[in-house]
Amino acid sequence: MKPWIAFWNILLKDMRTYYLKPPNISWGLIFPLAWTGMFFIKSGSGLEGILALLPGVVAISILFGTTSMLAVTVTFEKKHRSFERLLLAPIPLELLMLAKTGGAILFGVANAFVPVIMAAFLADLSQVNWGPFISAVFLIAVASTFLGLFIAVAVSEVFEAQTFSNFFRFPMIFLCGLFFPIADLPALLQPLAYLLPLTYGADVLHGAVHGGHAMPVALDLIILGGFCLGLFAISLGNVRRRWIS
Amino acid sequence: MSDAIIVEGLAKRFAEVEAVAGISFRVRQGELFGFLGPNGSGKSTTINLLTGLARPDAGAIRIGGIDCRYRPGAAQHLTGAAQHLIGVVPDESNLYPELSGFDNLCFCAALYGMAKREREARARELLAEFGLSEAAGRRFGGWSKGMKRKLTIAAGIIHRPAILFLDEPTTGIDVASARQVRQLIADLHRGGTTIFLTTHYIEEAERLCDRIAFIVSGRIVRIDTLEQLLKPLQARQVVRIACDTPLNGIENGLDGAFPGRAFTCPEPGVIRVEADGPVRVGAIVRFLEERGIEVAEARRIRPSLEEIFVRVTGIEADVMQRERGKP
Repeated sequence: MKPWIAFWNILLKDMRTYYLKPPNISWGLIFPLAWTGMFFIKSGSGLEGILALLPGVVAISILFGTTSMLAVTVTFEKKHRSFERLLLAPIPLELLMLAKTGGAILFGVANAFVPVIMAAFLADLSQVNWGPFISAVFLIAVASTFLGLFIAVAVSEVFEAQTFSNFFRFPMIFLCGLFFPIADLPALLQPLAYLLPLTYGADVLHGAVHGGHAMPVALDLIILGGFCLGLFAISLGNVRRRWIS
Repeated sequence: MSDAIIVEGLAKRFAEVEAVAGISFRVRQGELFGFLGPNGSGKSTTINLLTGLARPDAGAIRIGGIDCRYRPGAAQHLTGAAQHLIGVVPDESNLYPELSGFDNLCFCAALYGMAKREREARARELLAEFGLSEAAGRRFGGWSKGMKRKLTIAAGIIHRPAILFLDEPTTGIDVASARQVRQLIADLHRGGTTIFLTTHYIEEAERLCDRIAFIVSGRIVRIDTLEQLLKPLQARQVVRIACDTPLNGIENGLDGAFPGRAFTCPEPGVIRVEADGPVRVGAIVRFLEERGIEVAEARRIRPSLEEIFVRVTGIEADVMQRERGKP
């Protein structure tokens, strides 16, 4: 049971040190609010348009919150060598990395519910199918966090982490069917969408909020789960190869 | 006495650079083992290999009798049991600046699976022992360098490791803090902890270590006890004579008057006498005073590790000191 003491304390420390700091309100509150406002005004629709926008805003809030925070915090700790302290401790590497990513996953899940709470004041959410919605939110948070980890392990400077993150994040906004269906993309780009994890999460969210999904929910969740495992395994391999070289 | 650390044929290469070139040594239980060498000689890489932060290309490591040979597929070559046995104090404080001193220690204790009550008690004990109780509640980021270094050492021993790795513990801190840190190291050694100490500072190694290894370009060029290292110089007598009046090439006259002695002037107003046998200072002082040279001081110079280091490695001691400034 002793490694769990380390796991729990790493998670608590990260929550206290990074995720519960007031400036992070920019990811949890201001960011979703700005996106919602922008798309709401641009679409020119009434309040009924909120439900169509909600899945995209939820997905984007999770993606930006988790990738930004994890890529920066892990890169920062690596640069300042405090990460070495964790690597020296008698904790399996897998558990250590789960502890480091756990805070970002929870942060991502919390971020997801900020636009939901805001939407609850403006639209009727009684038709939302919460089971698939929450499953998708959790798996998008896990996949985005592991994407952040993948980025953090690949770079050595904090500014590189932010820049490298954008290579993944901005194409995902465009390609993953967050605000318009993948079928509306040029035919050449459509296959790319299916190579990105957010596509599957966004599909479940759309299905759960307004019933407009393209693939079976179970298949979406299985593929998303596969992305989570794959990204975690690649990141662990990179940590072993690059940080314990 | 059994061996706490056994290293055989340890090697590590970074691209074209051979950082550690097949070194072998043993550190006995309870010993304070010094690893002395200039920047880039392989000291920190050796510590990283021994503590699991770097993976050896070749060689065997045993920590506290545990085989830490690299196993393909394993995250680290050190097992959890070996990691429990060791404590590591890096050359720069790597605790969390935003946490207090007390919280930093409690967090480090938690990494070793210590329960809340136990880690809080241990943190208070160490803060008191290291004279840091008053600052315990303050953010670590605001502490002085000396205090940070002491807390980093405290964090390294929070789980009571049997073996402690100290990487240049007095580099970059003021004289008073360096003295306190050396005292802490000596106290830990007296308490039975095996200590592996890397340092730039020859005098620090001389003062603290039971045995010393000289490492240059990834190779160990000599390992021995301080006594054995100094032995070749013990028979040699060196006397330093400081004079208040100009010497005007008097050393040539001294050479003639005292055969078998070597006289040099290493700096203005100073005569250095070297001989394989006893040096009769009285006769030399009389010789000088009869020629109008006023002698201010004459004293025997104890043979130092610095001389041995220079002889064995070919590196001037002041090169080491210039690298990071004197402690």
